[in-house]
Amino acid sequence: MEFFAWCMIAAGIGMGLGSFGTGIGQGLAIKSACEGVARNPGASGKILTTMMIGLAMVESLAIYVFVVAMIILFANPFTDQVVALLAK
Amino acid sequence: MTHPFLILQWLEETIGTHVGNHVMYAWLVMIILIVLAFLAARSIKLIPNGWQNLMESVITGIEGLITDTMGPKGVAYFPMLATFALFILVSNLIALIPGFYPPTADLNTNAALALTVFVMTHFIGFKEHGIGYLKHFMGPILALAPLIFIIEVIGHIARPLSLTLRLFGNMYGHEVVLMIFIALVPFLLPVPMMLMGVLIAFIQTFVFTLLAMIYIAGALEEAH
Repeated sequence: MEFFAWCMIAAGIGMGLGSFGTGIGQGLAIKSACEGVARNPGASGKILTTMMIGLAMVESLAIYVFVVAMIILFANPFTDQVVALLAK
Repeated sequence: MTHPFLILQWLEETIGTHVGNHVMYAWLVMIILIVLAFLAARSIKLIPNGWQNLMESVITGIEGLITDTMGPKGVAYFPMLATFALFILVSNLIALIPGFYPPTADLNTNAALALTVFVMTHFIGFKEHGIGYLKHFMGPILALAPLIFIIEVIGHIARPLSLTLRLFGNMYGHEVVLMIFIALVPFLLPVPMMLMGVLIAFIQTFVFTLLAMIYIAGALEEAH
């Protein structure tokens, strides 16, 4: 049973760490974009497009962590083996 | 972790088609798009009204984005990119109706879309440059070419992977969050999350289409 408890902890802590770094990165990107728009409002369209691509790139890191967390929680490949061991 | 009652899942079990939820909902999205196209193109007038007006503004927006990102050369690939945009947008937005499941919240649909982009990118590259397209993978110095080639190939394989997982993670994550909120407090609390779902639907469509454009534009330009 301890295996599943550790799975929960790993998924939770992993998601937290993943979103921690991603949050800082996205915040920096948005800060620079805001400064850019404030200095040159005429370029807001291009800045928005570039920022969106950048944000999507940064965000995909958190998304990978999310996918891994979901695999750990709902589609763990070792579940069958652990259950078989427990049943012994 | 999806909606507890899916209309097309019930329909599928009743008819017994055995194709999976995401395929059924992808077909529904196709039917919606075909009906929309039929309504818009039924009677094309010089001064548009009704459906034609709506679709014209959508199409003009996508075309403007393509000319902005890819230049005049990119207009040739407008049909494919616009299909991606419309299909993904309708698929994402369908998630907001209770009893409907977005086909993009399934890895198979997204992998199909991303692999289409991957294959089309290289097909367009070879069509445009012939065998010289391989120079894109070689880097500037010939001596370093074997090293660069491996890195470039890994980079190109990572593209469909990231396209797939980004769209899947966003849509599936939104579904999971929504279901958890509905399980906690079913009244009014999920509404802000659904509002964010609208935003996510548009942004992910935009990002997928834009990245497809950038990849194709990268295949079109000359090797440096």
